[in-house]
Amino acid sequence: MSASYETAPEVNFAYLDERTKRMIRRSILKAIAIPGYQVPFGSREMPLPYGWGTGGIQVTASVIGPEDVLKVIDQGSDDTVNAVNIRRFFERTAGVNTTMRTHEATLIQTRHRIPEKPLVEGQIIVYQVPVPEPMQRLEPREAETRTLHGLAEYGLMHVKLYEDIARYGHIATTYDYPVMVNHRYIMSPSPNPKFDNPKMHMNPALQLFGAGREKRIYAVPPYTSVESLAFEDHPFEVQKWPVACTQCGATDSFLDEIITDDSGSRMHVCSDSDYCQTRQDEQSSVAT
Amino acid sequence: MSQSDQSPPLLRVQGLVKSYGDRVAIHEASFDLWPGEVMAVVGESGSGKSSLLNVIAARTQPDAGQVEYLNHNGQLENIYTMTEAQQRLLSRTEWGFVHQNAADGLRMDVSAGANVCERLMGLGERHYGRLRQTAEHWLHRVEIDISRMDDTPRTFSGGMRQRLQIARNLVTQPRLVFMDEPTSGLDVSVQARVLDLLRQLTRKMQLAVVIVTHDLAVARLLADRIMVMQYGRIVESGLTDQVLDDPQHPYTQLLVSSVLQP
Amino acid sequence: MYVAVKGGETAILNTYKMLAEQRRGNTDYLELSVEQICQQLKLSVDRVMTEGSVYDPELAALAIKQASGDLIEAIFLLRAYRSTLPRIGNTCALDTARMQLDRRISATFKDLPGGQILGPTYDYTQRLLDFTLLANNQSQHTESSPKTSVPSMPPEQVPRVVDLLNQERLIETFTCPAHDPDPIDLTREPLRFPADRATRLQNLARGDEGFLLAMAYSTQRGYSHTHPFVGEVRLGQVAIEIKPEELGFAISIGDIDITECEMVNQFVGSKTEPPQFTRGYGLAFGHSERKAMAMSLVDRALRADELGEAIESPAQMQEFVLSHSDSLEASGFVQHLKLPHYVDFQSELELVRKMRENNPAEHAHSQGPT
Repeated sequence: MSASYETAPEVNFAYLDERTKRMIRRSILKAIAIPGYQVPFGSREMPLPYGWGTGGIQVTASVIGPEDVLKVIDQGSDDTVNAVNIRRFFERTAGVNTTMRTHEATLIQTRHRIPEKPLVEGQIIVYQVPVPEPMQRLEPREAETRTLHGLAEYGLMHVKLYEDIARYGHIATTYDYPVMVNHRYIMSPSPNPKFDNPKMHMNPALQLFGAGREKRIYAVPPYTSVESLAFEDHPFEVQKWPVACTQCGATDSFLDEIITDDSGSRMHVCSDSDYCQTRQDEQSSVAT
Repeated sequence: MSQSDQSPPLLRVQGLVKSYGDRVAIHEASFDLWPGEVMAVVGESGSGKSSLLNVIAARTQPDAGQVEYLNHNGQLENIYTMTEAQQRLLSRTEWGFVHQNAADGLRMDVSAGANVCERLMGLGERHYGRLRQTAEHWLHRVEIDISRMDDTPRTFSGGMRQRLQIARNLVTQPRLVFMDEPTSGLDVSVQARVLDLLRQLTRKMQLAVVIVTHDLAVARLLADRIMVMQYGRIVESGLTDQVLDDPQHPYTQLLVSSVLQP
Repeated sequence: MYVAVKGGETAILNTYKMLAEQRRGNTDYLELSVEQICQQLKLSVDRVMTEGSVYDPELAALAIKQASGDLIEAIFLLRAYRSTLPRIGNTCALDTARMQLDRRISATFKDLPGGQILGPTYDYTQRLLDFTLLANNQSQHTESSPKTSVPSMPPEQVPRVVDLLNQERLIETFTCPAHDPDPIDLTREPLRFPADRATRLQNLARGDEGFLLAMAYSTQRGYSHTHPFVGEVRLGQVAIEIKPEELGFAISIGDIDITECEMVNQFVGSKTEPPQFTRGYGLAFGHSERKAMAMSLVDRALRADELGEAIESPAQMQEFVLSHSDSLEASGFVQHLKLPHYVDFQSELELVRKMRENNPAEHAHSQGPT
């Protein structure tokens, strides 16, 4: 999809002024140098509300260039209203080419999912993060969690997992499942389903995380270890479905559940719209 | 038991002074503590005994003096020149601190099992089954029914909470434990059980302990040595039985004679 | 046959149209002008400027019009606009002692040099709806009457109450630190804890009035003990001055309306200090007394640490107050719950289903597979 919108003349390329972009890039570089560590940054008020992806937008705006091809997804789909809104924002302020195909994108901004198609070297994926601090629900004070991260005192996180197993027989976290990055920092991967956690490990792409409201940026450089927390005898497990995608037959992707009639009939469809469509296209071209 | 003077003590306290505004809480306190030795610090309220405990446990800074702890290299190290990281690690591994109010030393909304095992998880233990076994072992040792392992301390009686706090502290086999009136908040009938537990555990585990108490009977039961404090000064110290049977200082004599004889 | 939900972009464009219609309302009635809002909804404009951190009544009025009167939405518009403006420099500190006063009151003295100037205030009105405003769009007072003028007192004759108390050394004073360092700018840098007083005051100045009001109220109801008195509330115009390097002296670039509140609190002396009154400070654009007063109470509560008071209530906890004071952050995050969360919810659904499957009580109720 080529840019067919005029860029808004009264704003700088990608909305942010160059000094702000420099400041954000410095934060990004620091984040890459310390994988999983939350770098505070001077988040700006953006034309979208806090909580709606301003961190991701600021990161994207700081790294995007005129030659980039941008894909924006929310819940795995390019066509959800939030993804459409953000894509329009960059079309207006940067005039870049946009795409719905994962393999065509140089830059992907995402909310709550990682694309099914594996990323390659040279791609950047930017995650929108609501709560960057993985221990916030256990310890709301930032001054205290900062100390815990600094001293690698992560007993508290494991207490939470222990309690889950004691109460439910297994770990009860299904999304935003905490991970250990580069064997040093515990990080929130953003509210992706835990199904997506394994994709983060040793990924050839650069993974950047932006939290605008909480004003933190963090990163996982390419080919970095990302391990989901678990116990040796209660290892990390991903979700599985007993059915395949109704549209394309995939059995290896995250499936959305759709209720199709009043009596509660359900069907399952790939959450990743590009993945599903690509498979359907391949199947119909094989059939013809 | 005291060691010979050649080997250094586990804890060496010298010339501690601590004031709160105009009030001097501790005047020049000094003593040594050897491994496996239980030292009671007794006195009435306002004697400075709790302030002394907090200072030597690195929970508050003294105005003068020093506290040295014997590290793994066999050297005495000033605890106030340690980094925060080192102090925190020490207090979660080689040291313990039993609070008078158990709620101050426990996570009240986390299960008993997790309370016991938290230190181990913080040190890297990642096997749930082993953690559970350790929790069971310790709950058994402090005489808490293991069927309560998944209950939170909010549902426990005062005595049970205190025994849980003890287990939480001892799970890392500390060398030195500080106790601040560990039984004072409990009903008299319950105190005896906790005291007996403490007596057994300190002997079996060869713990060095500094225990603050206003109750001479506690000192007599648990301590090898005793220090008597009055108005911030150590007025008398020595072997527990000697001091309590033959007190020299008038204040000690007053304390001893005030204890109701059965 | 299931068809994937498409057409998000068309749906969004339709919402713009509907929003524009809602904002305009019934076209039988005259469209509200920005200037009318600026003149006749002054107190809304003042609030939007204060929390939007931009002093420009016309822009604030425009934001209010565009936001259909939702003040937090208007504040958002103004702040987003502010992000695009270049930073030219900082002004000199405002000298509120030289304020041209419209209003000045003190609760600590019955009378004082300069007197109690009541000015325009709702304080002495009876809150009875004035239906004449509804009936013929005119108030009781005719529009053509000359503007009520208060003989304006020369500033020298109206000393600040804290300066009066200071003459007897009864109230704490703050010496300027060496080299008078610039405060950090919260619009450029993230808030870190612990925050110093200048940073806290910035946060409170931009903070949501409702939140600060509630926090301030809590300090009066026993969730803190600071025994406050209004030392002074003053409202009027102050000059904005800048000191360009090329000139070497200060020049005025205009006047702004501000409201300032000095709250006086009692304090028992410490080991080093004899007893003195302590202070809380509040400042806002325009006529914003409630905000300035609430801010001053919360400012004082947050100084508990510094003044050696026990921290027992939320209003005294930095992290609690300063993390939740910003209306944009709060509104954004609360309302973001409307965004699709079905993937996360999916995961939770699966988990709950699984847990219920394993629960024997559930089998008694199950009606068969879906």
